[in-house]
Amino acid sequence: MALDRWIALIFFVICGVYGYTAFFLMDAGLPPFMQRNPIWPSTFPKVLAILGMICSLVILAGFEKSQKEPEAMDINYRRLTDYNLGQAVLLICLMILYAFSLRPIGFLVSTVLFLVMAAATLGERRFVVLIPVALIAAGSIWYLVQEVLGIFLRPWPMGF
Amino acid sequence: MLEGLMVGLSTAFSFTNILMIIGGCLIGTFIGMLPGLGPMSIIAIMIPVAIGIGDPSAALILLAGVYYGAIFGGSTSSILINAPGVASTVATSFDGYPLARQGKAGKALTIAAISSFSGGTLGAVLLLIFAPMLASVALLFHSSEYFALMVVGLSAIAAFAGSGQVFKALLMTIIGLIMSTVGEGALFNLPRFTGGIMDLQSGFGFITLAMAMFALPEAIYLVLDPKRSQQEDGSKTGEIKELRITREEARAILPVIGRQSVQGFLIGVLPGAGATIASFLGYAVERNIAPKEEQEQFGKGSVKGLAAPETANNAACTGSFVPLLTLGIPGSGTTAILLGALIALNVSPGPRLMIDEPDIFWAVIISMYLGNLVLLILNLPLIPYIAKILAVPRNYLIPFILFFTLMGAYIGQNNATELLLLVGFGVIATILRFADYPLAPLLIGFILGRMLEDNFARAMQLYDGPAFLWERPMTTGLLLLACLLIFLPAYRARRARFRAEGVADAD
Repeated sequence: MALDRWIALIFFVICGVYGYTAFFLMDAGLPPFMQRNPIWPSTFPKVLAILGMICSLVILAGFEKSQKEPEAMDINYRRLTDYNLGQAVLLICLMILYAFSLRPIGFLVSTVLFLVMAAATLGERRFVVLIPVALIAAGSIWYLVQEVLGIFLRPWPMGF
Repeated sequence: MLEGLMVGLSTAFSFTNILMIIGGCLIGTFIGMLPGLGPMSIIAIMIPVAIGIGDPSAALILLAGVYYGAIFGGSTSSILINAPGVASTVATSFDGYPLARQGKAGKALTIAAISSFSGGTLGAVLLLIFAPMLASVALLFHSSEYFALMVVGLSAIAAFAGSGQVFKALLMTIIGLIMSTVGEGALFNLPRFTGGIMDLQSGFGFITLAMAMFALPEAIYLVLDPKRSQQEDGSKTGEIKELRITREEARAILPVIGRQSVQGFLIGVLPGAGATIASFLGYAVERNIAPKEEQEQFGKGSVKGLAAPETANNAACTGSFVPLLTLGIPGSGTTAILLGALIALNVSPGPRLMIDEPDIFWAVIISMYLGNLVLLILNLPLIPYIAKILAVPRNYLIPFILFFTLMGAYIGQNNATELLLLVGFGVIATILRFADYPLAPLLIGFILGRMLEDNFARAMQLYDGPAFLWERPMTTGLLLLACLLIFLPAYRARRARFRAEGVADAD
């Protein structure tokens, strides 16, 4: 089975769970005065769940033949290991780390670390250039957002 | 009217006011480039400065400059790094980013600047002439018509339903609509599908989803395949090959600009519809009326597909001033903030504004022309430098794209969960892209879903049932139009396929 049909299967299951919630669980907690309304909070989700299940079944059954020719620039997922998969996965991990570090170690430190490590992952080795660039970028964005625009960004690690 | 115009001109052309407008445009453009800071937040941030000025005309002129600057800045990030920071520039990235990838970033930015300018200016002319008349027409639109209008807006997905892709595009739209039901709806005051997670109480953030669907998969693709940052002919994407618009392109986009200025303006006049719907509708309509060979270019770097939403969203922004200035009804989030600023400056917008304080009314309208003009003059020379962003070495460009994507989601919410959602959805979106699922329909469904449901529910409550679907002629008409726009491409594709098969048989 091709990837697009696997995805259709997953969406079918998601729509099923969503529909089950809408049809059987949501209405239970509905206050009495709302039950007289012609439309309930679950009405729209019910319709969506059914439509979504129909669409994913059609894709799953393979009624439609995609006529799109593979473009030269497209990535062939069957040969994913031919590409820089390791770098991409590392970068995604770095983003997750960044999300977790923003609060405890502050915006400036985590941003500089993120930029330097991401560029190093991609193969940048001239740290003499890289580190000052990262410092200036993090500093100026922080200054713009916090000092000029007045949106709070914790600059330093907790406790400072 | 002429007298008022003269008063407005003399107010707007004072030295301080011209400085205000230049400053406003510059601030707006540069801050607007950061994804996550749209016109609404920038205006909100600038309000204390504007009130500090004291003079209402000067303050409004500054805010108008910031507004137009921010819209243009938002288009820049959509075109260059596929990161639409505002809902109204999502449609810009459909064709703007492919153009930038073909090395035509400079041209794309120029087209965006010129279309925005024309949309805004023509919109201001229409505002000048028709404002009072349109305000009363806009009030004839009820929730059932809004619902139908959203359905027409959804038909923009047809652009992504190529041959054999119709059901994939439909499924993605439905997933988008499903995602829009997560959180606490405005109408029911009931948290839905949050799974008890507090952070989902207010639903998924628009920016989070926009970045996850567009910017992040693109960045991951760039990492996976280093050859992607080169053109097919071997040159780098950063090289700016074509800056000028050719005569043929100018001829192609001219009618688009004309049509979309009017259409966008009219949609902008409707309170609640706004620039986002205008841009999607503009894109959908232009695609559907284009000849077949041009239609296939939409989504792959069509100049028409870039000009249409850019013109429409600027015209709609101008249009949204009609209900604000004539009735005191803010039609969008941005105009609501402007209304707040006006009241803080001791000006009360409404039917009397034109009579009681003509200098303010006209100064605002004149400042719109000036804002658009200054923006064009300031930005056209800057475009080659802005486009140079793409020439930054790959090792620096990709970390910065990732950083700005994350910042966009973080600034607005100050919530790290949003970043995890962003990364998670980004990875899912990349996998979907591997399997040829179009991602834009999901975002369109998500943006329109909330408004669609609210208006549908309101109409249902007013009519106590779905009778409004056939009792209100305008609703029925709009819905039929939407059906036509959705099913026409599928029908055309099928006919073309049968014809091709027929020819093959004959051979």
